[in-house]
Amino acid sequence: MTFFFQNLINALQWGSFYALIALGYSMVYGILMLFNFAHGDIFMVGAYIGFGVATGITALASLGAIVLPNWLILVLTIIISMFLTSFVGMLVERLGYRPLREAPRASAAITGLMIGIILETGNLALLGAQRVRFPTLIKSETYNINGVFVTNKKIMIVVVSLMLMMALHQFVRRTKWGMAMRAMAFDFVVVPLMGVPVNTIAAMTFAIGSALAAAAGILFGVAYPVLDPYMGIVFGWKAFVAAILGGRGSVLGATLAGFLLGFIEIFVAMIFPSTLRDLIAYSIILLILTFRPHGFFGEPYSARLRL
Amino acid sequence: MNENNRKSLGIRSFVKQKTQALFSEVPLLGWLLGMLIAVVLERFVGEVLAESLGLPKVPMLFGLVTMLKYPLMIPGTILYVLMIFVLPISVVARLTSGATNRVAAKLLDLPLLISVVLHIGLLYAVLYLWSEVSAYRVLTLKLTLIAVILTLSLNVINGYMGEFSCSHPGFMALGAYAASVFTVVLFSNDKLFGHALLPAALGPFMFPIALIIGGIVAAIGALVIAIPSFRTRGDYLAIISLAFMFIVKSLIENLEVVGGPRGLSSQPDLASLPTVFIWTVACIWITNNFVRSTIGKALNAVRDDEVAANAMTVNTRRTKITAFLFAAFWAGIAGGLFAHVLRYVNPSTFGLQKLAEVLAMVYFGGLNSVYGSIVGAVSLSMLGEALRPLEIFKWIIIPLLLILIMIYRPTGLVAFKEFNVGKLVKPKNKPDQRKSDAAA
Repeated sequence: MTFFFQNLINALQWGSFYALIALGYSMVYGILMLFNFAHGDIFMVGAYIGFGVATGITALASLGAIVLPNWLILVLTIIISMFLTSFVGMLVERLGYRPLREAPRASAAITGLMIGIILETGNLALLGAQRVRFPTLIKSETYNINGVFVTNKKIMIVVVSLMLMMALHQFVRRTKWGMAMRAMAFDFVVVPLMGVPVNTIAAMTFAIGSALAAAAGILFGVAYPVLDPYMGIVFGWKAFVAAILGGRGSVLGATLAGFLLGFIEIFVAMIFPSTLRDLIAYSIILLILTFRPHGFFGEPYSARLRL
Repeated sequence: MNENNRKSLGIRSFVKQKTQALFSEVPLLGWLLGMLIAVVLERFVGEVLAESLGLPKVPMLFGLVTMLKYPLMIPGTILYVLMIFVLPISVVARLTSGATNRVAAKLLDLPLLISVVLHIGLLYAVLYLWSEVSAYRVLTLKLTLIAVILTLSLNVINGYMGEFSCSHPGFMALGAYAASVFTVVLFSNDKLFGHALLPAALGPFMFPIALIIGGIVAAIGALVIAIPSFRTRGDYLAIISLAFMFIVKSLIENLEVVGGPRGLSSQPDLASLPTVFIWTVACIWITNNFVRSTIGKALNAVRDDEVAANAMTVNTRRTKITAFLFAAFWAGIAGGLFAHVLRYVNPSTFGLQKLAEVLAMVYFGGLNSVYGSIVGAVSLSMLGEALRPLEIFKWIIIPLLLILIMIYRPTGLVAFKEFNVGKLVKPKNKPDQRKSDAAA
């Protein structure tokens, strides 16, 4: 039982990265019917922006210019980086996706892949090939609850991601902007006739998705402080898998599937040799999709959803 | 501004018209002849000319590498390319157009096959003479030809059938490993599989069998994707194929018999240039016939509207499964060739990067088109080699180029164009001239 709860904690932490990233995929999909394949790399960019902001603030603090406790620095880092990364997302939308809105969806997928490569390479060209270390902002403390070891970082990561997801949920349900997003997901053709600024909403969706990815990036940096330019690829594709598994365009589905993917990966790695992780995890996903071809909360395909 | 624009457009179209008028009567045979002369010329005077122009050595890929490495040599390199390639090709092609047209017309009286074989033979001679200069050219050429096979087979699924399959690196890996295991067991003294079972002289004869085994193994793997494709498509099929790719990679990494993550080496050196060339030609020929057959039309029907296709008596299940097996077979062949060209394979080769590369080639070249696949594969692999001196910035320039192509031509450069061999080898002179020829 201890073993189970220990891994449950790890899986919750691992799953929250996937879920936060998958939300970005799912939201963009919901309104534009296409996947932003550059999203994994936006996660990477977010982590690097977070690294820059955190380093900057700690440097200021150590110079004595400002006096801040470490946890406040972390909160500030998350907020500032989310804000900055949302502009990256909007830029990607403006340059890569808006010109292609009428094009076949596969073309937009290719553009996304290419923007991702540009972001990776641009980062490599700017910062060089060496990995950077995310500054240690909170000291790791371990609590022992009946034999289950929990660190304060893990709790913080899970709580912050759950808070962000709740905030997103409230935003989509309660605000006028959220209503416009839901309307666009419902019918893209009629919504502009009702006076909803389609382009603004699309840009905003990219911005929110990117901000969530940035938060995931910083949380990842807190847990695993070594960053490299290619870290977004694997995370991006796996979160993409989670977004599909949840059912396209379904925010709740993406969250649940993100956590589920985390669970599958952690538990497979614990029970079987860890080299078999991908093999078994993807076989399970293949099985799930064979029996539930439209994911957990997805609608069956119709002609307009084809690639 | 507007007038200026029109003026420049006028000049451009004027130049275009003039060049078109100059070369409109040159048949394919003429171009091939010109290229043959150019590569022969390079063999004889290439080194002397390169030396006199102050170049360190003969430019390997039309001078792009040299130009990017040493900006001071740009004029010399351009002059070299002009004198060795552009000028001889265009002059020979233009001057001999009368003769080559007559030959092409004569050839058309014989069965089409003879004309086609002659053209392919000429093309092979050109490629052989061009590549023989250095081992680098041979390797680049082989990898380019393999990329053509791979792109073409992915185009069958992504272009003709309209699915978004991400599994091609997986098929390729299956083919590469199956063919490698076959040849390594039979012909190599390897620490994993022991001594060679057969004398090495039998190698070239058994190699096609090895490749076909690779192709069949890949096709069997494709069943994993083809069967779910009956019930689902679009994004979900994309994920299934992506999961398949990860599974294959992970499976090979965990199979210690074939070397696990360290990879499999010591494949015999069987993939010579003629072998790769013949397989590529076979692939283009068979794929072109496949997509023009009834089943190829059925593929397009399934892409455009599956329900309607079903109502029109298209057996959608059979169509889908055939397309997947066909594409996977050729991807397996490409994988087998790839393994024997590099003589080393490693599971991490067949990952997301390979996927991005193949997808880029398909969508750059053009969907639903054999021409497009050839154009996309050749231009992107050549570009990838030529921009090598830029190092990391290569991976900014190539994606930018692709994004621009996607924005201005969303379906790719040469999409939806039929590859008609009969039209390709036809003489190009004007009907009236032809009549007067006949009268004379």
